Amino acid sequence: MKKIMGKQTVRFANPPTVLAAASIVGPKEGEGPLSEYFDQIAPDITFGTDSWEKAESQLVSDTIQLAVQKAKLRMDDIGFILAGDLLNQSSGSNYGIRACERPFFGLYGACSAIGEGMALGAMLLDGGFAQYVLANASSHYCGAEKTFRFPLELGTQRTPTASWTVTGDGAVVLAAQGNGPFVTAVTAGSIVDMGVTDASNMGAAMAPAAAAVITAHLRDRNLNADYFDAIVTGDLGQVGADLLMALLREEKIDIAKQYDDCGLLIYDREKQDVHAGGSGCGCAAVTFASYLLPQLQTKKINRLLFIPTGALHNVASIQQGETIPAIAHAIAIENRVPASDPPSSTKGAQS
Amino acid sequence: MTILWAFIIGGLICVAGQLLIDLTQLTPARILVIFVVAGCLLSGMGLYQWLVDLAGAGALVPLPGFGHVLAQGVKKAIDERGWIGIFTGGFAAMAGGVTVAIVFGYIAALVTKPSGSAAM
Amino acid sequence: MTKSDYTNLVKQYSPGSKIAQNCLRAFVVGGAICVVGQLIMNVLLAGGMVRDDASLLTACALIIIAIVLTAMGTYSKIGKFAGAGSAVPITGFANAITAPAIEYKKEGLVMGVGAKLFIVAGPVLVYGAMASVVVGIFYYLFGGGR
Repeated sequence: MKKIMGKQTVRFANPPTVLAAASIVGPKEGEGPLSEYFDQIAPDITFGTDSWEKAESQLVSDTIQLAVQKAKLRMDDIGFILAGDLLNQSSGSNYGIRACERPFFGLYGACSAIGEGMALGAMLLDGGFAQYVLANASSHYCGAEKTFRFPLELGTQRTPTASWTVTGDGAVVLAAQGNGPFVTAVTAGSIVDMGVTDASNMGAAMAPAAAAVITAHLRDRNLNADYFDAIVTGDLGQVGADLLMALLREEKIDIAKQYDDCGLLIYDREKQDVHAGGSGCGCAAVTFASYLLPQLQTKKINRLLFIPTGALHNVASIQQGETIPAIAHAIAIENRVPASDPPSSTKGAQS
Repeated sequence: MTILWAFIIGGLICVAGQLLIDLTQLTPARILVIFVVAGCLLSGMGLYQWLVDLAGAGALVPLPGFGHVLAQGVKKAIDERGWIGIFTGGFAAMAGGVTVAIVFGYIAALVTKPSGSAAM
Repeated sequence: MTKSDYTNLVKQYSPGSKIAQNCLRAFVVGGAICVVGQLIMNVLLAGGMVRDDASLLTACALIIIAIVLTAMGTYSKIGKFAGAGSAVPITGFANAITAPAIEYKKEGLVMGVGAKLFIVAGPVLVYGAMASVVVGIFYYLFGGGR
C-alpha cells in the first residue's frame, strides 16, 4: 500500500494507537480551566529543585514515568523516546530522559515538538521498528523566559499580543497495535515565514504555517473541514487564531465550528493575565494529553485534527533582524480507521 | 514646590519612555540607552541644568539625569585635569552609583534564590 | 497572499497597547519615585550636606531600595504595572543589574553573577561612557576647557 497521499501527507497502513498520555503542569496551569483534567499539578514551580533547568528535567522525568505507568508498560517496553523542549540544546529533555536508558531521538520543533514526536513516532511504529514509542514535549515558564526574554525579576511590561509559556509536560505513548484512537494520517509542515519580526507576537508568526498545513492535509486527503469533529492548533493564542481563520477564509475553508486552540483552552486569559494565551512546547502537549485525548477515548469526539505549531527563531536571529520562521504539523487522530480515503485530487480539496 | 515639579517632570520623562515603548518597536534596553545619551548630550550643550534647577530629583532620578551627571563629571574633570578629564570624568562621576548598584546587587544575588513568584 | 498583505492583516488583528492607561501609570509611578528622591535629598540638604554629595547619596538610597524590592520579587510587579514609570528612573537601572544577578546565580559567582550582572544594564554604561567622551571632546575644544 502506498503510504504517501498527495504532496506531503503520510497515511498509515497500520495506524498506530494512542495508548495513553500523561500530563503534569505547574501551579498557574493548575488554576486554569483545564485544572480537573491534568494528572498532576505541582504545588511548586521549582519541582523541588534549585534551578529552572533542573525543574524542567524533573518535570520531564516524572511525566514520562507516569505515561509509561498509565500505559501499563515498563520503561524497557518503549522502543524509542522522541522528545523536545525550549531550553538550549533541548537540555530539558536530555537531562530528564538521561536515566531512562532507552533509545532517544532529541527533537527541536519549538512548540510543535509534540506534533513532531507523534508524527515521527507513528511512522516508526508503522514501519515496524518498534512496538511502543513515547513522544514527549515540555516547557517551563521560568526557563523559557531566561532562554528567550529577560531575567524573571526584571520589571518589564508585556504587549497585548504576547503569550505566556506553559509550565507543563505532556507525554504520549503510541503503540503499534491497539484499539485506538488511531493516528491515521500525518501532514508534516514545511517552514513558512511571512515576515513577522515581533517575537512578542508569535501567534501572528505561526498562523500562516498552521493555515498551510491544514490546507495541505485537507487537499492531500481530499476532505472537507467538516470531516473533523475538532480541529485544534497548538499555541496560536487569540491573535494567531483570528489570523488563522482569516487565512483559511482566503482558501475558502471554514473551520469556525470545530476550531479551538490549546493556548486559548489552557488559561482563562482575562483572569490569569496571560494576554494572547498560552504557548510553549508544553501547551499543546498537556492539552492533548489531559483534555483532547480523553475526549477521543470517551467518543465525545471521533475525529481530531491536532496541529501543534512552533516558532523557529532564536535570540540571536531576532537581534540580527531576521524574521520568524514557523512550522506546524497536522496529526489526524480518529476512533475508526477510514476504510480508504477518497482518491486524492491534485486540486485543492475545497475548490 | 520642588516636590511638585519633581513629580511632574519625573513623571513626564517616564511618559516619554512609555510612548517610545508603546509606539515604536524599540526594546526597553534601547530606550534606556537613548535616554542616557540624550541626557548626556543635552547637558553637554548646557540644555539640561535648568530642568535640574526646576525639578531637582525629577530631573536627576530618571536616566537622562544619569547622563547629566556624566556630562557634568566630564566637564569638571577637564576643568581640573585638562584633556585627561575627557576619559576620566564620566566614569568618575558615575562611580558611586554604579558601585553601590554592583555591591548591593551582588549581595542580593547571594541571599536570594529565584522564587518564581513572577511566574504566577 | 504576499508578505506585505500579511503584515497589514497582522496589524489589523493585533490589539495595540493601552497607551493612555500605560502613560498614566508611568506618569504616576515615575513621578512618585522622583518625589521619594526629592524627599531624601531635602532631608540630606537640610542636614547641611553639599548638593553634589546629596544627589549622589539620593541616587544610592534609591538604588538600594530598588535592589531590596527586586530581591523581594516586588519590583517586577511594579514594573509590570508601571512600564517605563519604573524602568526609566535610576531604580530601573538597579533592577536591571539585580535581576540577572539573581537569575544567573546558579551558573556560578564568576560566570553567572559576575558576567551576567550587566547583560541588561551594560549598554547604558557603554553608551553613557561614549556620550560623556563626546561631550568631553567638544567641551575641551570649544567649551572653555583648558
